[in-house]
Amino acid sequence: MPQHKFRSIMSTTVTTTTGSWKGGRSPFNVEYGKLMMWYFLMSDAFTFGAFLIAYGTTRFATNGWPNPNEVFRSYPLGGSTHAPLVFVSIMTFILIISSVTMVLAVHEGHNMNRKGVAKYLVLTIIGGLAFLSCQAWEWTHLHSEGAWWGSNPFPNADGTISTTNFTNFFFTITGFHGFHVFSGVVINIIMLIMVLKGTFDRRGHYLMVEKAGLYWHFVDLVWVFVFTCFYLV
Amino acid sequence: MDHTLESLEAEQHVGGGKKEIWRVTIILSVLTLVELALGFSMMDMPSDSLAKHFIKGVIIILMLAKAVYIVGFFMHLKHEVRNLIMTVCVPLFLFVWFIIAFLTDGNSFKNDKNKWDRNHEERSKEPMPKQDESTHKLE
Repeated sequence: MPQHKFRSIMSTTVTTTTGSWKGGRSPFNVEYGKLMMWYFLMSDAFTFGAFLIAYGTTRFATNGWPNPNEVFRSYPLGGSTHAPLVFVSIMTFILIISSVTMVLAVHEGHNMNRKGVAKYLVLTIIGGLAFLSCQAWEWTHLHSEGAWWGSNPFPNADGTISTTNFTNFFFTITGFHGFHVFSGVVINIIMLIMVLKGTFDRRGHYLMVEKAGLYWHFVDLVWVFVFTCFYLV
Repeated sequence: MDHTLESLEAEQHVGGGKKEIWRVTIILSVLTLVELALGFSMMDMPSDSLAKHFIKGVIIILMLAKAVYIVGFFMHLKHEVRNLIMTVCVPLFLFVWFIIAFLTDGNSFKNDKNKWDRNHEERSKEPMPKQDESTHKLE
C-alpha cells in the first residue's frame, strides 16, 4: 500500500500517531539502500580508523621516524629533485575535484537529466583513474628506491636506523585506500553503463547514483586523513 | 516496487543546490592550500620544537574541518533527519577514547622500553649505514 494512503487512513482512525517512531512513516526519511550504505561506510570508517590508529600507536612507540619530506619528494619526469609535498598535493586536488564532479552528477540526477549525469560520471571516472595512475607511479618510484613491505631504505629524521614499520604501514594503508578508489571507479563505470542504458529513467529516479556517490565521497574523505597522517604530520 | 520512494524523494529535496556545491568546493580547496602552506612552513623546524607540534595540531584541526564539510555537504548528511545524523555520528565518538588510549599506550611502551632495555635505546641511536648502491637505485 502506498505510504501516503496508509498515512491518511491512519490519521482518520488513530490521531495520536504523529511521532517519527510511532509507525506509519519512515523515521530516517531515507530509502533502505541508502541507510545501509551509511552503515557500511560507518563500519569502513572503523576499519580505516583502526589502521591509522595502529600506525599512530606504532609511531608513538618507536624511537625516531623517517621524515616524510625526505621520502616523498619526487614527481614523474622530475629526476632527482627535492620537491616535497608537490606530487601528493596534485593527487589530493585530483580527488577533491572528482568528488565535486560526483556531487554534480547526483545533482543532475535530481533533475532527471540523463546527459548531465553521464557527463559528470565520466569526469569522475577520469579523476579516479588519474588518482590511481599517480599512486601507481608513486609506488613504482618508492619500490625502485628499495622501499617495500619489509624493506625500508629511509633513515629516521635524525639519521638513525629506522624500522620497516614505516614502509609496512605506508603500503598497507595507501594500498587499502587505493583498492577502495579502484572499486569506486568500477562502481562508477557500472553506474555510467546503467545511465546510458536508461535504466534510471525507466525506474523514475537516480537514487542508485546517490549511493555510489556516497561511497565515492567516503574514498575522498579517507584520503583527507591518509594525506594528513602520512605526508603532512 | 518500493512504493515509499515518491514520498521520500519529495522530502529529501532540501539543501543548497549548485551554489552550495561551489561554496564547499572553494572552502575545501582553501583549507587544503592552508594545510600545504603550513606543511611547507614547518619543514625546516627541528622535529621536537613546540612550534612544530603546534602547527601539527592546527593541521589536524583543519583536517577535521575538511571531513565535516565533505560528510555534511557532499554526502548530504547535514540535510538528513536528525535521527540519522545521530546514528551515524554518535558511534564515531568511540574514536576519542580509541585515539587517546592507544597513543598514550604507545608512548609509555616506548618510555618503558628505553628505561628497562638500555641496549634497545643505545641501538636506536646508531646512525643508519649508507645504502648499498648495487642493490638499490638511490638517486
